[in-house]
Amino acid sequence: MIEPHETPHGTQLTNLTLTVWRQKGPNDGGAFESYRIDSISDEASFLEMLDVLNEKLIGEGREAVTFDHDCREGICGTCSLMIDGQAHGPQRGTATCQLHMRKFESNATIVIEPWRATAFPIIKDLMVDRSAFDRIIESGGYITAPTGGAPDANLIPVAKPAADAAMDAAQCIGCGACVAACPNGAANLFTAAKVAHLNLLPQGQAERYSRAEAMVETMDEYFGSCTNHGECEAACPKEISIDVIALMNKDYRKAKFANRKELARS
Amino acid sequence: MAQAINSRRGPVTATAQRAKKRKPFLLDLYSTAVGKKYVMAITGIVLIGFVITHMIGNLKMYLGREDFNHYAEFLRALLVPILPRTVFLWLFRGMLLTAGILHVHAAYGLTVMNRNARSVKYQSPRDYQVASFASRTMRWTGIIVLLFLFWHLADLTWGTVNALGTSAADGKFVRGDAYGNVVRSFERPPVAVLYIVANIALGTHLFHGVWSLFQSLGWSNPRFNKWRRSLATGIATVVVVGNVSFPIAVLAGVVGQ
Repeated sequence: MIEPHETPHGTQLTNLTLTVWRQKGPNDGGAFESYRIDSISDEASFLEMLDVLNEKLIGEGREAVTFDHDCREGICGTCSLMIDGQAHGPQRGTATCQLHMRKFESNATIVIEPWRATAFPIIKDLMVDRSAFDRIIESGGYITAPTGGAPDANLIPVAKPAADAAMDAAQCIGCGACVAACPNGAANLFTAAKVAHLNLLPQGQAERYSRAEAMVETMDEYFGSCTNHGECEAACPKEISIDVIALMNKDYRKAKFANRKELARS
Repeated sequence: MAQAINSRRGPVTATAQRAKKRKPFLLDLYSTAVGKKYVMAITGIVLIGFVITHMIGNLKMYLGREDFNHYAEFLRALLVPILPRTVFLWLFRGMLLTAGILHVHAAYGLTVMNRNARSVKYQSPRDYQVASFASRTMRWTGIIVLLFLFWHLADLTWGTVNALGTSAADGKFVRGDAYGNVVRSFERPPVAVLYIVANIALGTHLFHGVWSLFQSLGWSNPRFNKWRRSLATGIATVVVVGNVSFPIAVLAGVVGQ
């Protein structure tokens, strides 16, 4: 018979200490609190480990730890967490939900902190409000398409290299790890990924320069500046290259001049 | 994310840090972080160009007093007789000064912006993955180089902190004798050490700056991007080795009165 929380596969990690940031609300000061996990399968995901912690806390009549999560398969961009000083924890190219306890060892102390940026205010515990990203998307992260009948497939030919590069950028799930990892709290990787995704495709050309200008300037209202540390690329669960930031910088420069000429004509 | 939260939550929502204002075109460009990074990169190129040329010019020290002082006079007499003597030199200095002021001003603006972008710091230690020592100390190496620049001018241009004797023989700053002034200054070991330390800071600054400017200017070509690091290392090494060799050569007696 299998006991609860015991799996037939994998080995158990024992005696983990979790140092978790607890904050009652946006205006609370907040502080770290420590919790013990006596035993957990190394096949548990990091979020499942937090579920186990929360079960235990609720059982003890204490308040569960609030954290963001949704799809738990690395595609929604909802989970976050600064784990031992790294956004999404120690495994490269992985969101917290797909990080597994086998990356940790027995008797370890794991420090869990929320994303920290002025534009990502803490709502509660480990949950932050990332709607500043929505403001950036609203300002230009779309294409204007006429509604009506569905257009023919392949109506607009897309060059294979452009499609590939755009897809690489479009992998961005908007989790905010780039901002969290950046020593400057800059959102350049996120914004650049969204700019590159549309600006590389033929469908994005009509609004290419208005998009670059609007998105960069909206980003500027909330976030810090890029000093090319490269921490965002290392933290990105989708491993988006900082090459997209260079593309955004180029399109922004072109946009400032191109849009100025357009304005002079009108 | 957002739907889960009461829409009347008020203070939770991020508020814009800076309001948008209409400005003249160049100021408008400069007002954004990306625009400031362009200014950092362009003025950086100007200053890197100067630093390299300055180092190469100073290599004439190894050819002796006459060659070195002749080169110094050549700089004052550049573009004569199209322009009167030292006019081009002053125009050049004006350009460098402008580039330097813009570089520092943009850096200051970006630093303030970055501080505001994370008003509450991480409360646990960060574990940086790829940020280099050079990239994380740009601000400090920049300040060291700036302070050193004032010393360097006071030492070898104005002569106020050069060897303070009463005659050329016992170590007095002689206007126009660039070679003698350099030797007199570097013969003081603490001054030689200062020059060496400042140049290592300069090299560290260039190690990140040269790499970084390609990103800031949007010069990205996957075929050539791997050369950025080599170029930055190369420029930083050449500048540091060249510049550090001068005080060492004077202390070792290779270059002397």
